[in-house]
Amino acid sequence: MTQPAITLQPCKLFSASVAVWILMVAMNPALAETKPVASVPPADLIQPADLAASLKNSSVPKPLILQVGFRMMYDQSHIPGSDYAGPANTPAGLQVLSDRVAALPKETAIVIYCGCCPWSSCPNIAAAYDTLHELGFTKVKVLYIADNFGTDWVDKAYPVAKDK
Amino acid sequence: MIAYRNKQLSKSLVWITAAVLLVLLCGATTATKVGAVAPDFTRADLAGRQVRLADYRGKLVLLNFWATWCAPCRKEMPLFSKWQHDYGAQGLQIVGVSMDDDVTSVKQVLAQRPVRYPIVMGDAKLGERFGGVFGLPLSFLIDAQGRIVARYQGESDLARMEAKLKELLPRKRQ
Repeated sequence: MTQPAITLQPCKLFSASVAVWILMVAMNPALAETKPVASVPPADLIQPADLAASLKNSSVPKPLILQVGFRMMYDQSHIPGSDYAGPANTPAGLQVLSDRVAALPKETAIVIYCGCCPWSSCPNIAAAYDTLHELGFTKVKVLYIADNFGTDWVDKAYPVAKDK
Repeated sequence: MIAYRNKQLSKSLVWITAAVLLVLLCGATTATKVGAVAPDFTRADLAGRQVRLADYRGKLVLLNFWATWCAPCRKEMPLFSKWQHDYGAQGLQIVGVSMDDDVTSVKQVLAQRPVRYPIVMGDAKLGERFGGVFGLPLSFLIDAQGRIVARYQGESDLARMEAKLKELLPRKRQ
């Protein structure tokens, strides 16, 4: 008669552990798996050198540039003319992004960037890209920052701004 | 004559001011280069204890800028914690600076994965004093005299970092 109790207890324990883990991950975005940036089609990537060149060229219409990463990074240094609209790894940050583009025509050229971490580890880009597509924007490009904003933009002497 | 002297004086003042600004600017941009003295700072750790970088003179300091949202940072930290345990007696002191926007997620992560070294909260100002934290992870090795001896930006070769650190430990294993 005691047999079922012995086998049932570990099952209950396992279920409880899984439930606690799911709850912990849901409550803490730092532990949640983020969508890989590999989901962004290569055709929608723009290289830093190309964006920097287009910013210099006054005859080319400027896209709306949005930093979808972390505020502290933006405050230290960002692409001149870019706005902060993040962090896209949280629902609140995605709401900031949605609000920023709410009044814009769907064919607005938008470039999003982050550069907080190495490209493959970025927790913001894929979520921001998907959100803009879900909202119907058709001309969204992603700045390909291989290592981080410092190495791939600041150190290359591309234009930066601090205060906005 | 007096007007001429005043004009000369104001010209000199402009040049002196420009020179001083140039020196300050150069100082600011080279402050975090290898060989420079690390900028000092005092911040409270998560337990409220004051952590002052200069208090660690005489030790080898690994100053690690990180954040909860940075996957490579979270990968490094258990190893850093082990190094603190293994090399602490030989004079290693690791100091973590979280660049998260708020402390809540930092506390949550550290509650689940505690480390054996102090963690303080950073901000844009502190980042700028270290030449700008424009991407994570970012670490500095600071020798016993307070000079920066190495800078590691991005995902680093941790085996090489450990070899360098062992070479610079103030006290060798008995």
